[in-house]
Amino acid sequence: MRYSRHILLEGFGKEGQQKLLQSKVLLIGAGGLGSPNALYLAAAGVGTIGIADADTVSLSNLQRQVIHFTQDIGKPKVESAAEKIRQINPDVKVVTYDQFISQANASEIISDYDFIIDCTDSFASKYLVNDACVMAHKPFCAGGVVKYGAQVMTHVPGSACYRCIFPEPPAENDVETCATVGVLGSVVGIMGSIQATEAIKYLTGIGELLTNKLLIVDALSMNFQSIAFNQNKECSLCGEHPTITELEEYSFQPCRKIKV
Amino acid sequence: MPIKIQINNADALTEASNVQQLAQELNLPERGVAIAVNNQIAPRASWSDTSLNEGDRITVIKAAFGG
Repeated sequence: MRYSRHILLEGFGKEGQQKLLQSKVLLIGAGGLGSPNALYLAAAGVGTIGIADADTVSLSNLQRQVIHFTQDIGKPKVESAAEKIRQINPDVKVVTYDQFISQANASEIISDYDFIIDCTDSFASKYLVNDACVMAHKPFCAGGVVKYGAQVMTHVPGSACYRCIFPEPPAENDVETCATVGVLGSVVGIMGSIQATEAIKYLTGIGELLTNKLLIVDALSMNFQSIAFNQNKECSLCGEHPTITELEEYSFQPCRKIKV
Repeated sequence: MPIKIQINNADALTEASNVQQLAQELNLPERGVAIAVNNQIAPRASWSDTSLNEGDRITVIKAAFGG
């Protein structure tokens, strides 16, 4: 049967699979990180997968966004991803949001899900996902990739958040733009697979999550380094005296295509 | 006297005696960068109180935006 290799796993079993089939995971972004997440979570039998993205598939996406095929160029990414998910596993219910996450829609979209995965490609969206999830007491996994390197961390209510390490995004001048920075497709694959693994661990209750830890990967040296950090008492979002009390999106969106 | 440390897995010499001075020496931007000393993040507010010792392993982490 479809899930026999999960059910054989020590600590996973029928119960773990049942939990996955009853779970709802939201992918924010259907690009490089979203692709491996969607493929593995669909195959794993996560009952409901939500995908939010307003972008369409373009040729330069295909080097790393492995859920989209050449024939999908021009299609909305959520539609292309939903088609593949249904083909991989008809057990999965797919919910698509053909919109970018924003301060207006974030809280409502995430409210329906058990676990959220940040697969976005800008600081504005990453901070928005972090802030919305922390405020709504939702667990999530944040990931970021640039060139040959990547970072990933998981938050559950009470654990440190992204702002505990990086209180504010870099200044605009210090951010290289997407057009000038490359990314190795397979590195995005590694990171997305780690995020999917974190989601599965959280939903089934197995293992130890990447909470209060930032995993840094350098693919060139193939060095994986786990950095410990604590919930920061001075964090402007989750610290003792928070100054961020409502959602506000940073306006700087260097990677977003202009929609016409 | 400069001390010998490692920065992102490479040997380095520094005149800095704390993390704040090291960040200045490395000319790091004000935002979007975290520093770990021996695999533990040093929060920015504690940089000037976090002293550097011979052999410390420093990790400079730039937030990655891509996805």
